[in-house]
Amino acid sequence: MTANGWLQIAVFCALVLVLVRPLGGYMARLFSGERVFLSPVLGPVERVLFRAAGISAKQEQGWIAYALSMLAFNLAGLLITYVVLRCQDMLPFNRQGLPGLPPDLAFNTAVSFTTNTNWQAYGGETTMSYFSQMVGLTVHNFTSAATGIVLAIAFIRAFSRATAKTLGSFWVDLTRCTLHLLLPMAIVLALVLVWQGVPQNLDPYVSATTVEGTRQTIAQGPVASQVAIKMLGTNGGGFFNANAAHPYENPTPLSNLLQMVAIFAIGAGLTNTFGRMVKDERQGWAILSAMGVMFLAGVAIAYGAEASGNPLITALGVDGGNMEGKEVRFGIANSALFATATTGASCGAVNAMHSSFTPLGGLVPLINMQLGEIIVGGVGAGLYGMLLFVVLAVFIAGQMVGRTPEYLGKKIESREVRLAFLALLVLPLAMLGFTAVAAILPEARASLANAGPHGFSEILYAYTSAGANNGSAFAGLNANTPFFNLTLGLTMLIGRFLMIVPMLGVAGALVAKKRLPPSAGSLPTHTPLFVGLLVGVILVVGGLEFMPALALGPVVEHFALAAGQTF
Amino acid sequence: MSIAHDDRGRAMPGAGFMARALGDSIRKLDPRTLIRNPVIFTVEIVSALVTVVFLRDLADGGDAGFSGQIAAWLWFTVLFANFAEAVAEGRGKAQAASLRRTRAETVARRLGDDGSVEQVPGTTLRAGDLVLVEAGDIIPSDGEVIEGIASVDESAITGESAPVIRESGGDRSAVTGGTRVISDRITVRITAAAGNTFLDRMIALVEGARRQKTPNEVALSILLAGLTLIFVIATATIEPFARHAGGSVPIVLLAALFITLIPTTIGGLLSAIGIAGMDRLIRFNVLATSGRAVEAAGDVDTLLLDKTGTITLGNRVATEFIAMPGIDLFDLASAAQLASLRDETPEGRSIVVLAKEKYGIRAHEMSELNARFVPFTAQTRMSGVDHGDVAIRKGAIDAIEALVDGTAIPRDWSVAVERIARTGGTPLGVVRNRRLLGVIHLKDVVKGGIRERFAELRAMGIRTVMITGDNALTAAAIAAEAGVDDFLAQATPENKLDLIRREQAQGRLVAMCGDGTNDAPALAQADVGVAMNTGTQAAREAGNMVDLDSDPTKLIEIVGIGKQMLMTRGSLTTFSIANDVAKYFAIIPAIFAATYPQLGALNVMGLATPASAVLSAIVFNALIIVALIPLALRGVRYRAVGAAGLLRRNLAIYGFGGVLLPFAGIKAIDLVVAALGLA
Amino acid sequence: MLSILRPALVLVAALTAITGGLYPALVTGLAGAVFPDQAHGSLAMDAQGRIIGSRLIGQGFAGDGYFHARPSAAGAEGWDAAAASGSNLGPTSKVLLDRVRQGVAAARADADGPVPVDLVTASGSGLDPDISPAAAYFQADRVARARGLGPAEVHGLIAGHIRPRQFGFLGEARVNVLELNLALDKMAP
Repeated sequence: MTANGWLQIAVFCALVLVLVRPLGGYMARLFSGERVFLSPVLGPVERVLFRAAGISAKQEQGWIAYALSMLAFNLAGLLITYVVLRCQDMLPFNRQGLPGLPPDLAFNTAVSFTTNTNWQAYGGETTMSYFSQMVGLTVHNFTSAATGIVLAIAFIRAFSRATAKTLGSFWVDLTRCTLHLLLPMAIVLALVLVWQGVPQNLDPYVSATTVEGTRQTIAQGPVASQVAIKMLGTNGGGFFNANAAHPYENPTPLSNLLQMVAIFAIGAGLTNTFGRMVKDERQGWAILSAMGVMFLAGVAIAYGAEASGNPLITALGVDGGNMEGKEVRFGIANSALFATATTGASCGAVNAMHSSFTPLGGLVPLINMQLGEIIVGGVGAGLYGMLLFVVLAVFIAGQMVGRTPEYLGKKIESREVRLAFLALLVLPLAMLGFTAVAAILPEARASLANAGPHGFSEILYAYTSAGANNGSAFAGLNANTPFFNLTLGLTMLIGRFLMIVPMLGVAGALVAKKRLPPSAGSLPTHTPLFVGLLVGVILVVGGLEFMPALALGPVVEHFALAAGQTF
Repeated sequence: MSIAHDDRGRAMPGAGFMARALGDSIRKLDPRTLIRNPVIFTVEIVSALVTVVFLRDLADGGDAGFSGQIAAWLWFTVLFANFAEAVAEGRGKAQAASLRRTRAETVARRLGDDGSVEQVPGTTLRAGDLVLVEAGDIIPSDGEVIEGIASVDESAITGESAPVIRESGGDRSAVTGGTRVISDRITVRITAAAGNTFLDRMIALVEGARRQKTPNEVALSILLAGLTLIFVIATATIEPFARHAGGSVPIVLLAALFITLIPTTIGGLLSAIGIAGMDRLIRFNVLATSGRAVEAAGDVDTLLLDKTGTITLGNRVATEFIAMPGIDLFDLASAAQLASLRDETPEGRSIVVLAKEKYGIRAHEMSELNARFVPFTAQTRMSGVDHGDVAIRKGAIDAIEALVDGTAIPRDWSVAVERIARTGGTPLGVVRNRRLLGVIHLKDVVKGGIRERFAELRAMGIRTVMITGDNALTAAAIAAEAGVDDFLAQATPENKLDLIRREQAQGRLVAMCGDGTNDAPALAQADVGVAMNTGTQAAREAGNMVDLDSDPTKLIEIVGIGKQMLMTRGSLTTFSIANDVAKYFAIIPAIFAATYPQLGALNVMGLATPASAVLSAIVFNALIIVALIPLALRGVRYRAVGAAGLLRRNLAIYGFGGVLLPFAGIKAIDLVVAALGLA
Repeated sequence: MLSILRPALVLVAALTAITGGLYPALVTGLAGAVFPDQAHGSLAMDAQGRIIGSRLIGQGFAGDGYFHARPSAAGAEGWDAAAASGSNLGPTSKVLLDRVRQGVAAARADADGPVPVDLVTASGSGLDPDISPAAAYFQADRVARARGLGPAEVHGLIAGHIRPRQFGFLGEARVNVLELNLALDKMAP
């Protein structure tokens, strides 16, 4: 580890923190229906859309209608993408004449982008036409992100409103989020990225004759527009197979910094939106602090492990930390930081190959995802996931102060506990359950590139990533087989929607409750003590169940590596 | 007999008691009853499973020594949990048994419509029947006195041996089935049919027979069931994982890991905590109709307290003599004392005491003076003495003024009277032979230490509101002196009800106590309504608690008991979950020892062998339940330090302690296990 | 049900048109107008205007007279800019260690002393255009010998091509292999 490495980490954190209040305030105003700076331009567009859709901007929905609308919208989007991918050979902008995708891969990919996972069982430049990239995939980068954000807003309203029936209108929230928040940010970021060197064209792949005279085909495409939103919306699906490690997707340290900030910007801002909407910004800061504590711990472990390198390679007379799978322009600090951020958030973009990380370096992304990606988290998903943990933490600890547990004046009772637990139960069930199945199926084992504990980690990572809707991979696993495409697709659906529906149920129960005035007897939820408690509950309730699996993967690999054992 | 016991809370049970509890814990193994507790029920299933493995090991020569020990400790885990519940219930059962003895067969004299008297068994009475009860009879069922007055021995219910007066009309009309009339005769209208009387409910309550889970307990059970499910997933997937690595984990080890991870500690103690909470109230001579009410008491935000008897001593006390110009203060004190010598009211006695203590006037002997006492009557509204030609009177200001009608009233008189009224006191005039001597200041005396109690309540986040019939001026003065947060002056049943509704509309939970029939609506509206046992039947029906001692101050303690129950539950839950960290470190290296010996590095406790590690963890897991039974029954100590302070303290003890303690505990057990060569 | 289906279908269609059509079209138009070079892939031409690659995309160099880039796992032969990929080998992989061992053995021909790690490890993209300054200096003697240049000249060339950290602290100092080799060709053809 170097001082300069930590300086970069500090600058990254500072940039994210600086954006928290402006973005948080903007979103609070936007979702409270106030006028924002683009209203004069986009207001008429909105009105046309609402009229065409037959909805009124004032008509709100209860939690069931909100959930059904969300499901209908996502199902429609999923089907369109499936069809686009299957038929891309008949659609325009297919410069390389790529064939339509087989059904299992099309299903997996359509699910993957709909669920904000962006798991990629394919290599972008060898599989997807430009039309598929734009219409099939970029669209979901917007809408799945918007879905996550508006769900978080609905959950926030459960606390900011009292004795109410509705959580807002999914349609209105979704449209405003896409038009006023994601689109302007994406346009600006895309242009900055082009300035740094990210291509944006519809050209055919370039054929070059290299200096030494060999032929090199260089993939092209509308890269910047997709990369910008894949980061802002924590989607993470690379335009190219190598994702943000690819020099075209992420050409400079500056583009790297901006992309990392983009991953955290909206998610971190939402904590402030939460604070503002419940009229106590400290609550938002407390949640962000809990995220921050876990984030910094993860960065420190990952950075330390990667910087100290692979002892087996060092023993061969090699000098330096672990650079396998990393890019020279980013170096070790930025790679460890990116890995921690992309898995803390539900992004899944990678600027270095996690599979080639040291065992402890690879353990951090795994744990981040297993905890449910609540370290800032996927846009929206991170906040509502975190708030579910808050509900549990308040319930467990709240009784310790001798009162029925309450959070922000809302009593946490059996219905909320049941639904919150249902939502949190989904993750270990999908992640561990499918890993167990794949671990013993011979056809699944045939997909492994690495033997020994690392091979197990590849499977565990795949289902963890899918269940958490992350999308990054220990990419040694060849996941483009019918078995993996199908089971990972299911895992993504479970991890997304089986969590969302009970979460909205919690919101529906909470929004109807009275708000109790705070007193000296109520549990303070903005103090460092509570932050510590929350982190403890997350680690113990959300993390302990993964210990056996982690022990058999990265943990044992760590001890094996220290003992000089190879597989 | 009485259910009022020593309330030190740890009356050490005798050997018979323990034997009964042990028997109960075995009876509770019945899966049909155990299923009410999902966590312990799960342990029982796993115990049965491991027992089967043990038998198989015996048959085919496997490591039966190990599986046998694990099976035994798993069964102990279930038994210890059952034992905790049995001990908690045991105390109630003993009380119920003696209560039941008083519910002897009674014969009632039922009055017919025509005035005829018919002898019927008490059990056939129905609500609405009229019965005649005479001295020596046991009142056959709960009811209301509609005619007559009698003294009643209620010791069966309250444990208080002094008889109480029950009379028709007013607020002392309720009688309880099972109590005995010792003088006079009364006509009672029965209000509760047999089997549903106060005594019946009390028996059911102390027995815990109708105990239903409280709302928080239900929610907590869901959490525990959820955690159990999570660990089902976590352990069920281990075998495929191990197989991927080319190994295998014996089922006994998986069973052991699973049981140590699921929250058996709190699962085993949960119902004991609930029962003990109710029990604490009962031993405090307060009966709650449900556990829900006890829990609500912990949540209370606003306490409505009657001024008289709760905040102030019930009686006013003389604190000052104010002499009129030209009258010696000593003379006034002496006259006032003389006028009060035979006045047996507390106010009268306080005048004698004040004169003696402040002015050193020795109490005269009435006989010495040959004086004649003139008692207080509602007409004269004054009392006093006549001796010789001297007539001294003391009494209400207007009555005294009327007595001296015609003479000029000094300005100082009015000034003194007004000053006393303004500070919340009551002025009493003293006159001798139509000459105004001065004024006695009778003061409402705020109870000692009450101010501090209210400050404590404030620290707990509880608002206190004083309810009084006094005018606003007087009320404000007393409120300020007592340190309550707010007051309701000139209280009527209506504005009391309004106040409760207003508080509740703001989301607050309200507790109050009351005794009169006109308190009933407010008692019913309040989240915690404590009816005084001396009160009317209507009040007792409306509230959700009855205070057998009829002491309104108890409301404060009731809140504390409610909080204590919630705290105990929360603290032990936290402790139980925090324990898991150490258990993982004990068991994970052990179960994978064959597949990946490298994981031995996680054996931070340095446990002797994989088998001893697993055994030690499971033994710790079982013994910790027993070790915590006293805490579950006694409850975590409540301190009035506010939520933040409580959280810090309990988190440090039960959270951090919960993480650290098992490391030490498992290591210690491992040393013993290794030394004895058990594994 | 219609109350949910209609907005779902209308908004899916409208947002697809906006975010999948208008948005990339707008960015493509603006990018092409403002940053035409970058927008079209930062391509490098030779004197005759033929495309020899992209300044951002690494390409393989095998001759002793060129600075070598890092090992590449992109495509079957490496350096396939239409199939970017890392090796994805785990830290305890025998395959990885064998490859590194061979790399170290090959590097030993260039110089003694510890081998800079980036020279023997594959990058994440397989298209890393850069090597560390240490990796460049490590190869300087070989290149100088092959080109008949003095070591000082080659060292000077490397020093002139080191790109420092962006803004002095971002990323790592690096040398673009393609640009360094092109400069080398210009200096001693």
